[in-house]
Amino acid sequence: MTFSKVWIALLVLTGIEVFLCYEQLPTMIMLTLLVGLSVIKAALIIAYFMHLKFERLSLFLTLFPMLIFCILLMLIFLGDATRVPLMRPHL
Amino acid sequence: MSSQVTAVSGASAWEGGKSPYATNSKKFGMWLFIISDALTFSALLFAYTYGRVSNPDWPKPFDFTPSIIFSSVMTFCLLSSSLTMVMAVHQMNHGNRKAAGGWILATMAGGLAFVGLHLTEWLRLINVEHVTPANNPWGVPQFGGTFFALTGLHMTHVILGVTYLGIICQAVFRGKFKAEDVEVSGLYWHFVDLVWMFIFPLVYLMSARVA
Repeated sequence: MTFSKVWIALLVLTGIEVFLCYEQLPTMIMLTLLVGLSVIKAALIIAYFMHLKFERLSLFLTLFPMLIFCILLMLIFLGDATRVPLMRPHL
Repeated sequence: MSSQVTAVSGASAWEGGKSPYATNSKKFGMWLFIISDALTFSALLFAYTYGRVSNPDWPKPFDFTPSIIFSSVMTFCLLSSSLTMVMAVHQMNHGNRKAAGGWILATMAGGLAFVGLHLTEWLRLINVEHVTPANNPWGVPQFGGTFFALTGLHMTHVILGVTYLGIICQAVFRGKFKAEDVEVSGLYWHFVDLVWMFIFPLVYLMSARVA
């Protein structure tokens, strides 16, 4: 059954994530891999468990652009965080 | 989109009289709530990430035993409860109220197991590692604040979800509510699962203490 297959896929992806976190990878590569896998898992849950794959496209087009837009807006000033340590007074 | 082209030429799905989304209003309302709640969680995840990037000495306090094992089992609980919720919706769509109620009970059990494990993990952090929202032994106070805010809001959602499912469950057993009500509660439950799919790698796995 489709739902069981999706569930197994989600468990396998989770297993890969746990395995990855014990590989000595550079932080940015690990972050990219973990977030990438999580986005795949989220897409599986939304598409099959939340049934969005079988809804009208207009529902998806109404809901998701705003979410993506707001997340991108937040990411714009994430770069500031890398400058905060340099601006701290050295005690 | 081609499915929206109607037989009457010029008639659009947006001209009124029918739902352009071909869903009932409860489901559409739940979707709107989910998107706004997703923004709340993404803001908190962003705050966590910002605090983490701006503190190069961010602690990595999670050992394989017990923290990573606990959080992996918690992920398993939530993923499995999503599967049982899908089964509940499936049975309800086929009119099997008893089976649907049983699957909802299984979903609630998964949610309660998650909350139990999470609270155990919290109490260990508070009592053994002496982490509080304002202080911790590793000298980065933001760790406790962002950690407890993020996981606390998520745990609140799980507890509310179990309560919500409990209300739906007793109504299903008593022959009240329709299949769409179970489906809408399922949407909420899957969303709680979905949020954990981001909290687990970003908060736990990225902070795993590697020997």
